[in-house]
Amino acid sequence: MSCAQTITDYALRSLGYGERLLPRSDFDLCQQFVLIGSGLIWNVYFAFFALLFGFFLANALALAKASPNPWLRKPAEAFIFLFRGSPLFIQFFLAYEALVMLPRAGVEIFGLTVQTSWLTRAWAGALIVLTLNTAAYSAQIFHGALMAVPKGDLEAADAYGLSGWKKFRRVMWPTMMRLAWPAYTNEAIFLFHATTLVFFSAFPAFQQRGDSLYYASYFVDRTFNPFVAYPIAAGYFILGTLVLISVFGMVNRRLNRHLPGAARRIRYRPLLLR
Amino acid sequence: MFAYCADPASLEGLQWLSCYLTTGTHMLFYASFGTVLLLLAITAPCALALGFAGALASRSRFLPLRWFGKIYTSMVRGVPDIIFFLFVPIALDQAFEWTRHQFLCDSDAPVRQGNDFIVCAAAKLPLSTSPAWVHDLYGIFLAVIAFSVVFGAFAANVLYGAMRAVPRAQLETAEAYGMTQRQVARRILIPQMWTYALPGLSNLWMILLKATPLLFLLGVEDIVYWARELGGAKTSAFAYPHPDWRLYYFLAILVFYLLMTWISERVLTRVTRRLSAGQATMAGEALRKGAAA
Repeated sequence: MSCAQTITDYALRSLGYGERLLPRSDFDLCQQFVLIGSGLIWNVYFAFFALLFGFFLANALALAKASPNPWLRKPAEAFIFLFRGSPLFIQFFLAYEALVMLPRAGVEIFGLTVQTSWLTRAWAGALIVLTLNTAAYSAQIFHGALMAVPKGDLEAADAYGLSGWKKFRRVMWPTMMRLAWPAYTNEAIFLFHATTLVFFSAFPAFQQRGDSLYYASYFVDRTFNPFVAYPIAAGYFILGTLVLISVFGMVNRRLNRHLPGAARRIRYRPLLLR
Repeated sequence: MFAYCADPASLEGLQWLSCYLTTGTHMLFYASFGTVLLLLAITAPCALALGFAGALASRSRFLPLRWFGKIYTSMVRGVPDIIFFLFVPIALDQAFEWTRHQFLCDSDAPVRQGNDFIVCAAAKLPLSTSPAWVHDLYGIFLAVIAFSVVFGAFAANVLYGAMRAVPRAQLETAEAYGMTQRQVARRILIPQMWTYALPGLSNLWMILLKATPLLFLLGVEDIVYWARELGGAKTSAFAYPHPDWRLYYFLAILVFYLLMTWISERVLTRVTRRLSAGQATMAGEALRKGAAA
């Protein structure tokens, strides 16, 4: 089988298009590259949407945590502690078991029947867990940045007669983003890497539509050779990480565009954060 | 466990629960929490030692050693750690068996035949004749190595940064006293770097703590394994039938981890305070002023 044929058969296999059966014997390099790359679609999907939704949730949580009102602050602190204090792996299991317990026929809300079975599928259930998880970690980063907004900036805003929403929108929020961005970049990379856990925890890979590590371990289980499939997956992730760093670096430059020489390159320090 | 547990079917309420929670398999479940703590207790020093070696290697003046250190410290940056957790045990296992195959077997057959990895019976690890607990222990041993290698690389990153954070003037002073490079490292650099390394290391401890459920993926019978086994729905064929209770078992594990992180946070805060005493940093200055006042 030629490599072009393999690509048409398996390039979108992780989404359910193309050949129904996975290759069973005579594995060649092309098959491994194509299938593992096909699985990467799920990793990118989870990372993109979890970051997108998580970003807004994290902003809200960070503000709630900084609020003087205990009715806002306490729940936000509890949420952040819950998701930062427990392993993502356990969160996946717990969420899956909880979602499975929802009634199969759907839930009646105001006379409407809401279907719930889709929540137990990875594309929705795992996305929810990842979103909440990254929101908690990012909220902690944003809260730290909000606390680090220079006092002079706030006094300057007062002097200009800005207050309330306008002060937040024009002065506090941009500075908060600017300060938080390097740490947030690390969090995004961590989240991208954490997406590999989805199909290794409770969420089943429906019709063998899995992520790249799912397919990599499929090959390793069949060939007993970890020295090919795992490095391929690792290579894809290094590429993905580089893309992520460059995208976040562009945002960083935009955030710091008024500060000559301040938009330094983001140094990727993986662990000073989680 | 209790005397009244002899006939589970006749029990009710709290008595049933007390019997149910003390069955033999539940004892194994509780023991597996010990497995997690044991893994932490072994892995953390090993990782710290590996990280220390890695950080020293990447500062070495001997070029190949420096390359080795740099590659080791940067390998965890772009690649998800779970890939390493899956890769290292299999790769190590095959490396051990391959080495033993070279020495212990007298066959010339290649080890890799198609999709199979075949070594002779004498080279198997552990030997197929050894008891089950050796197999379990070997699995945990591979897991410990995998965790140590990955977290060693993380720790090497932290320690390398901490060594660079020690003020240059301190080292220059030591050099001015006529100390050799080795003496400078041992007497000045290494004692001073810990306060800079501590924030990174405490983060690392938290990550390590939260990576322990991944033992399940390595085939070790850990808390996740037992939670799935015990929580699954039991029909009346079992002594203690119950519906699907996995949610509650996972809730218990969640509470365990929350407790662990909560305790760790408190301890680490105290250690940080302790280590900043007398340091030329902001925290050290705050402590000094607090003591004076």
